Amino acid sequence: MSHLTPRVSESDHRAGPDDARVTLVEYGDYECPHCGRAYPIVHEVQRRMDRRLLFVFRNFPLSEMHPHAERAAQAAEAAAAQGKFWEMHDWLYEHQATLEDSDLFRAAKQLGLDADRVEQELAAGTHLNRVRQDVRSGLRSGVNGTPTFFISGVRYDGPWDPDTLHQALETAGERAVPPGTRERPR
Amino acid sequence: MRAGTALPAGTAAPDFTLPTTPDQKVTLSELRGRPVILAFYPADWSPVCGDQMALYNEVRGEFARFGAQLLGLSVDGVWCHAAFALDRKLHFPLLADFEPKGEVARRYGVYRAADGICERALFVLDADGMIRWSYVSPVGVNPGADGILDALEKLSAPKEKR
Repeated sequence: MSHLTPRVSESDHRAGPDDARVTLVEYGDYECPHCGRAYPIVHEVQRRMDRRLLFVFRNFPLSEMHPHAERAAQAAEAAAAQGKFWEMHDWLYEHQATLEDSDLFRAAKQLGLDADRVEQELAAGTHLNRVRQDVRSGLRSGVNGTPTFFISGVRYDGPWDPDTLHQALETAGERAVPPGTRERPR
Repeated sequence: MRAGTALPAGTAAPDFTLPTTPDQKVTLSELRGRPVILAFYPADWSPVCGDQMALYNEVRGEFARFGAQLLGLSVDGVWCHAAFALDRKLHFPLLADFEPKGEVARRYGVYRAADGICERALFVLDADGMIRWSYVSPVGVNPGADGILDALEKLSAPKEKR
């Protein structure tokens, strides 16, 4: 139980080197206060580990509980379509109290995106399928709330204060076989 | 973990009738013909975003793809369930294993007598009321939905593949 399915691939939103020894995957919801609390912590461990960490974000909006979450996730995907996923991702977590559609379009403008296109794509539900695919993959992977973290493919149930999370990532990295030797032994 | 105490796969699920609202009852055997998910949980009103029932509420569409009926069970009374379901906007029945307290949980082997609550335990029943998968999670750990989805998938897999 509780292994990441599917594995990280090119279709994921990735920050860091693809061949990093440790991968941290977060399933998150843009309106969830716990995810909001985790946001600067993830930034902190990214800063500490630099090129040794690959961070991946997948959508897991809890739409019944958080009425703006699925729209916000689509806005991030719309930004991704214009090459600015992480900019929108950060904006959303830094403005969790203002996630109405008008706020999302304002954000798109601020970030230098084609805001009309974002608006059209949200209206058409262009990215809804992608968001729901993420949710389905999360369910198959054992996501049990938000945020749920996976460290190198295994669900991490421990505390995620910066020091504990950092230590867990370092431990996973020490155990990892260098990626170059994993897939293609030379 | 108390592995071995919960009724295992291959056991006929004990029948029960429990109230779900002040004037409605659910009888397990009346749900024959479709898979049933029994989700025993310790108590209403656990923390918001990590809450197991809220998660199942979000994913009931996935359960519905298998035609499965989800039932939540705890020792809380019907009024407590009603307030909880309203607050969390839950769209599936919560059953009150309230009187005699924990009686159904006991029969499924998932009652924690010392604490007066049931385990965080999952049972997936097939259309004939047979337990096909069961799992007891540590009480503090929300088990998620992957085990349930795997079990439902196996139920719906073509028989010749077995």
